[in-house]
Amino acid sequence: MTAARTFELAGAPHLPPTSTVGGVMRQVLYSLVPAVLAHWWYFGWGIFFQIALAVGFALVFEAAMLKARQRPIKLFLSDYSAVVTGVLFALCMPPLAPWWIAAVGMLFAIVIAKHLYGGLGYNLFNPAMVGFAAVIIAFPIDLSNWLTPRQLSPGLPGLGETAYAIVTGQLPAGLAWDAISQATPLDALRTGVQDNFSVVEIRDHPMFGDFGGLGWEWIANWYAIGGLWLVYKRVISWHVPIAVMLTVIIVSAPMWLLGPDIHPSPAQHVFSGALVLAAFFIATDPVSGCSTMRGKLIFGAGVAIITLGIRRFGGFPDGVAFAILLMNMIAPLIDRYTRPRTYGHRR
Amino acid sequence: MVAALLTLALMSLLIGIVLLWLGQRFQPDENSVVEQINAVLPQTQCAQCGYPGCRPYAQAIAAGDADINQCPPGGQAGVQALADLLGTEARPLDEARGLHKPPIVALIDEDRCIGCTLCIQACPVDAIIGAARQMHTVIADECTGCELCLAPCPVDCIDLVNRPEPFYVWPAPHILPIRVRAS
Amino acid sequence: MTDPLPGERLFSFPGGLRLRHNKKISCETSLAAATLPDRLYIPLGRSRGEQGELLVAAGEAVLKGQPLTRAEHDFQVVVHASTSGTIAGVVDWPSSWPPGRTHPCLELVSDRSDQAADPLPLGNWPTADPQVIIDHLREQGLAGLGGAMFPTAAKLRGDWPALDTLILNGAECEPWISCDEMLMRSRPEAVIEGALILARAIGAGRVVIGIEDQMGAVATALTRARRELDPDDTIRVIKVTTIYPEGGERQLIQVLTGREVPHDGLPQDLGLVCHNVATAVAARDAVIEGSPLIGRVVTVTGPGIRNPRNLVARIGTPISHLIEQAGGYTDDVDRLILGGPMTGIALASDDIPIAKGSNCILALVTEQLQHSQPTLPCINCGECVRVCPASLLPQMLFKAIASDQHELADELDLFDCIECGCCAQVCPSHIPLVDYYRHGKGELRLKDLDQRRATLARRRFESREQRLAREQSEREARRERRREKLQAPNEAKSEIEAAIERARQKKQ
Repeated sequence: MTAARTFELAGAPHLPPTSTVGGVMRQVLYSLVPAVLAHWWYFGWGIFFQIALAVGFALVFEAAMLKARQRPIKLFLSDYSAVVTGVLFALCMPPLAPWWIAAVGMLFAIVIAKHLYGGLGYNLFNPAMVGFAAVIIAFPIDLSNWLTPRQLSPGLPGLGETAYAIVTGQLPAGLAWDAISQATPLDALRTGVQDNFSVVEIRDHPMFGDFGGLGWEWIANWYAIGGLWLVYKRVISWHVPIAVMLTVIIVSAPMWLLGPDIHPSPAQHVFSGALVLAAFFIATDPVSGCSTMRGKLIFGAGVAIITLGIRRFGGFPDGVAFAILLMNMIAPLIDRYTRPRTYGHRR
Repeated sequence: MVAALLTLALMSLLIGIVLLWLGQRFQPDENSVVEQINAVLPQTQCAQCGYPGCRPYAQAIAAGDADINQCPPGGQAGVQALADLLGTEARPLDEARGLHKPPIVALIDEDRCIGCTLCIQACPVDAIIGAARQMHTVIADECTGCELCLAPCPVDCIDLVNRPEPFYVWPAPHILPIRVRAS
Repeated sequence: MTDPLPGERLFSFPGGLRLRHNKKISCETSLAAATLPDRLYIPLGRSRGEQGELLVAAGEAVLKGQPLTRAEHDFQVVVHASTSGTIAGVVDWPSSWPPGRTHPCLELVSDRSDQAADPLPLGNWPTADPQVIIDHLREQGLAGLGGAMFPTAAKLRGDWPALDTLILNGAECEPWISCDEMLMRSRPEAVIEGALILARAIGAGRVVIGIEDQMGAVATALTRARRELDPDDTIRVIKVTTIYPEGGERQLIQVLTGREVPHDGLPQDLGLVCHNVATAVAARDAVIEGSPLIGRVVTVTGPGIRNPRNLVARIGTPISHLIEQAGGYTDDVDRLILGGPMTGIALASDDIPIAKGSNCILALVTEQLQHSQPTLPCINCGECVRVCPASLLPQMLFKAIASDQHELADELDLFDCIECGCCAQVCPSHIPLVDYYRHGKGELRLKDLDQRRATLARRRFESREQRLAREQSEREARRERRREKLQAPNEAKSEIEAAIERARQKKQ
């Protein structure tokens, strides 16, 4: 008989892990690629600068906070969560927004919303949306300067002009805001309805495209396709996106049927603003959302209803960010009351 | 002016009466408070608190004579539980009365025991059996580890050993160092 | 509305995982008996309550199958000598549970003759009283062979309403393990006969054998054996969908009947009893052959084993002895596991003996483990919620236990966790969730024990106080009487005179 061999002890299960946080986050990034390309096609080079700026600031703040909190820097930077926050924030920025907006947004997102709450996994609010809410309150003018999509624009700013505008905060000589920018479809709709135009009249403008807004609706489509891929890969569950979309349609359809003059169509609601992005990529953020299945449905429905409310009554053109932040607040409560029935227990 | 003053005076009078009545009506039952405090105490009966057992200590707390941090076997968790029960502020354990130790039981070295019965008389929970000039032994399951039997023993034949841990105790998993120390 | 008969319609359970099976590699070599080791370490119960009275002393010679302990009630499992030889004594030997600790074992030195004691079959079992069958199974040392080693007699006898169905669990859901599959393939008749015996013991009119839907050969063998041996047509062989953990007792019952075992109850409350197929075979051997439970099929497998296979091993055989017969370890072996990869226990050494519940020895190599995977904070992703077969909220349980809020974990039904490991497997942050649940359960049980000890101590303290007070008052009453007597001069005088009188008489 050979001498006894000794082995290391470890807890079950003894199988290689099926997924990692970094892997999940990377898949989210991959699925955003088509939408980013569509963004570039309709609105020019700005999106690449915005992404680079936001991700750069996000990583710098993340590393600084990890260092200050004495956490392993390399380990947490490689989970890609800061990168995802940066990219989602950048996707909500106007293409020519000056660089300090990204800096301020990421300061709020990473330093305040994430690390002051305890870092990865402990943040109560979605960091990207906290950053967005901060800058839309601090820089309302800069954030309303949206470019006119390629098809309607006299000429999108080139690479150099975009860089100049972002670095200095001013348009290069020869370009004027009036010429290259226009209100977003949601903005135009809101001011139009306030000026007593009917929705049908307002929508005559070519910027409204087929359903939601020229350019916007195609970017939204690519978001949806990336999101469906994530659902298929089981990175996100179907509950939140379906709940958001269905609730928007169910709530807005009867209003549109009763008063088509003052209420936009459900398609308009779905395809404009950041609704599809939010439904698939932001409201599905696990940390600040719900984790029970029924909780996810309620969370998504809540986001949709609050968004519609803000679009109709609020002072901001799109309320998705605030809707998500408001729902983040009650997500733990929803989780508590939607506990599934345990095996062998009666409800 | 006068009407206002009168109204206010009347209101405070009424509220005062109601509060008084409520205070009488819902006066905490002295005995039930002692019971509740006693239920939180670890029942080691070691007298380290300065009272001859857990119930006397509970009575002293209820009467306001004793502080809640005098029970070493209960440890800081016990102080916290008392503070929660009584709605007061938790305070650090009074370590002058003893340190919080892991659970122990007394074990009599039966070869050295001379059968003097002194430890039997000292045991607050009657967990030692034996008779005069007969060897004594500790019922380990009923021993609270109060150490009161140590002092009276003339031949020092009682040792304190760690209480055997039940087999189902699983160690707390430690996960990777989330915090990296600078040093 | 009447419930459908078990197995008539299949139901599903929430959650679960589809895992890679890896069962084939240990099924390629046919089932063979392992050779006898020189020394066996037969595990005894943990406490006297589990162990029963020891019948042998060190130095005593025993025959194979001779009982070594006696059971006083149904919860004690009799152990028998696995081979003939000499008892060397009771030793504390490395054990699998709790990891890294020891367990009392009877050391038996084999004399290599393997001489058997007289078999004690129960010939008239088809007409025997069920109580007689259960007593017989208890004497033959039957315990659940699925892994939990629950005393079989205690599962068959109890005061519950009439039992109508016996479920035999042949759905071996964990990857790598194939001992039940190989047993059913090589001894289908024994499974059927064992099923009939157990059904007789509980008075059940129906038997359902649940197997996985990919065990085609098993289904054919069992159906053929059933046709020959089951004239009354009481047995059904049902294939269930392979989703881990469908072989868990509660999950299998849910799949077959659509009903859930109450959280504070037993399958018996539903009129069901669930046994492992290997237990049925052991019952058949005990009743028809008269041979006690001294061996079982063990799967020795994994990438860390040279020739993975199934072996019939005697209880008490050290694991290292079985590994040798499976070709030994490969060079890069890294972890030794008792049981499957999902719920198995990592072993500290291969000295540990085979017990009645040891179904599989799994040796894994480095690249299959998650050594270098750091644990990140929980990101609340809800994957664990999706896969939990008990519909718990694993991430909330984890947070409660990690922050020492064990009562909160109890409220979140921690004790309904079956420790299947699905949640830990899918966790992207690689949190050892099952370890946390075990820790939490242990802490809660410990707290409960402390509470009970405190109640006991309080009661004993109070009764001592009463006793002391009584003694004190008695002493005082006595003193009082004496004082009264002394104060009454006549009486005192007469008493003194009486004492003088007594003294005088003594002198004379």
